[in-house]
Amino acid sequence: MSLVNAKDLTKVYSLGEIKVEALKSVSFEIESASFISFIGPSGSGKTTLLNLIGCLDKPTSGKLEVSDVNTSDLTRKEAAAFRGRNLGFIFQDFNLIPVLTVYENVEYPLLVVQNIPAEERKNRIISLLETVGMIDQKDKYPDQISGGQKQRVAVARALVANPRLVLADEPTANLDSKTAFMIIDIMRQMKDEFGVTFIFSTHDSKIVSEVETVYSLQDGMLIGRTQGKGGWHA
Amino acid sequence: MLKLFKIAVRNLSRYKRRTLLTSSLIAIGVMFVLVFIAASGSFKYIMIGQITDSMLGHLQVHKKGYVASIDSLPLTLNLSAKAVQKLEKTLEDIPEIEAFSPRVKFGGMFSNFVETTNIRVNGVYPEKEIATVPLFLSRIKQGEKTIKEGKILIPELLANGMKTKVGDTVVVIATNRDGSVNGKQFVVGGIIESVTGPGGRDGYMHIRDAMEVLRLEEMEISEVAIRLKDFGKLNAVSSSLDEMLSEELNKQGKLIFDIRTWEKLSPFYNVTRMIDVMTFFIKLMLIAIVLVSIMNVMIMAVFERIREIGTISAIGTMPEKILSLFLIEGFSLGVFGVVVGIILAFVSVFLINLVKITFNFGRQSGLVLSPSLDTGNILWISAIVIIVSVAAALQPAFKASRMEPVEALRHV
Repeated sequence: MSLVNAKDLTKVYSLGEIKVEALKSVSFEIESASFISFIGPSGSGKTTLLNLIGCLDKPTSGKLEVSDVNTSDLTRKEAAAFRGRNLGFIFQDFNLIPVLTVYENVEYPLLVVQNIPAEERKNRIISLLETVGMIDQKDKYPDQISGGQKQRVAVARALVANPRLVLADEPTANLDSKTAFMIIDIMRQMKDEFGVTFIFSTHDSKIVSEVETVYSLQDGMLIGRTQGKGGWHA
Repeated sequence: MLKLFKIAVRNLSRYKRRTLLTSSLIAIGVMFVLVFIAASGSFKYIMIGQITDSMLGHLQVHKKGYVASIDSLPLTLNLSAKAVQKLEKTLEDIPEIEAFSPRVKFGGMFSNFVETTNIRVNGVYPEKEIATVPLFLSRIKQGEKTIKEGKILIPELLANGMKTKVGDTVVVIATNRDGSVNGKQFVVGGIIESVTGPGGRDGYMHIRDAMEVLRLEEMEISEVAIRLKDFGKLNAVSSSLDEMLSEELNKQGKLIFDIRTWEKLSPFYNVTRMIDVMTFFIKLMLIAIVLVSIMNVMIMAVFERIREIGTISAIGTMPEKILSLFLIEGFSLGVFGVVVGIILAFVSVFLINLVKITFNFGRQSGLVLSPSLDTGNILWISAIVIIVSVAAALQPAFKASRMEPVEALRHV
């Protein structure tokens, strides 16, 4: 059964009197526990598509189901609750909360979004911080750690609430090659261990070479679906 | 909720200088308002104390219609002996009343055998008058600190104008209610300090002397001054006395007694009202300061953290929690300002009391301003500032909670 099911997705932005068609009748299906990437040049619609899957935006037309929920019909509050329960996000600029420590950043979705009991919260955070190799940095603030470390914290934050789907928008764009591969390895490990689906939007050939399926976008249209190197391992 | 408080406080400490400046502004505002209320309150209560304790009493009872004609001190509007008896019995039965003093007031001529002028005189029972207006004795500047029969206390201004001294013989002449004139010789027993307010420049004699001058065969009283054990119960006692005496009607079926609190008898009440109005406007200024400064800080905070708002929204934070987060920041700023402001106010009041600021009121000089902070005022001001702080944060907080995450994340 597919985790994400998109049919004839179209997104049109109005810039004054000019209408920009960011996505044109895009259809695809993504299975659970996949490692997927959307690639394409700037302006091809990758981020728009990720925003739609992530319930951050609504399609102009078409149908989008995530985890069997028609996300086009969700209200603002329902969308927020849905994101909190089912989705994790990893951003290009890490987007950690600067006033919270590493531990507190990972704790945030459990505490403010999900209200998980303290003991369970602690176990999950410690376990994830150990997995991403940040347990010894847990009391540091984001401005006291490197970019790669920040992204590892962001991965832990995205996974701590046990989401079915993690959306990562250019997660390695601000990292050097070595760190980028390390982050990709961590995400693959999470996917294998917890069955989490990862969807990337990227230009980065390192990610492209590691994912199972690559969807190519151009001018808002889906122009190809290829099996990646990661797919051979799957 | 505790976690939101923690995040809010850390967010405030992110911009230390700005938070400190805003909190200082609120703290200084709170301090000034509290010190002003304490100082003006002290001034007000000293004045009320001076007026009520040196001549007026807390309450007065007259015959209905007397107060309207009080300038002419009409003998025809005195309370009859029967009415006085009834009134005294009623007053003795009210436990909240500490003392009362019947007075016969009249206007007459005062002569020192060289010059003649007019005088207003109160005939009183010395011990009752002293019990009712305890500062009365302190007003006697020269002579014996009492009122003996055959002696008269004359106001300071009259003594100076007429060049009359203690021990001089004088004559007081008055027209009685039948229109006949009578006079009586007195020895000046003392010179009494004039004070601001009604009756503040009257002379005093024993009530039996006043009856003799006016040729009264039975006790007729112009007014009864009343002192309460607890000044705070003024309105309650006034109302209950009013109710108790409301059954007393004259032959025409009209009320006999007219009960008035000091506020309705003294023009100084208007000054106290003005102080209250000034206090109100100063509180309004404080509200404006808090409103503008917190709103400014919170608008800046929202503008600077748009991407962060987008992030927390994207990871599932409900709009009402984002709203709460910013409201708590406004609340925390307000609380911090209030706490510091109250501490500063206590220090300021302590210093004012240490320095002992004196002032003059009317002919009284050297009155010491002794402000004190009232718990009720502290709580009231704190509540206002905190509520206004939260209200000022409401618009920016609402804006943050309504932000579309996709647009907020795109913000550079």
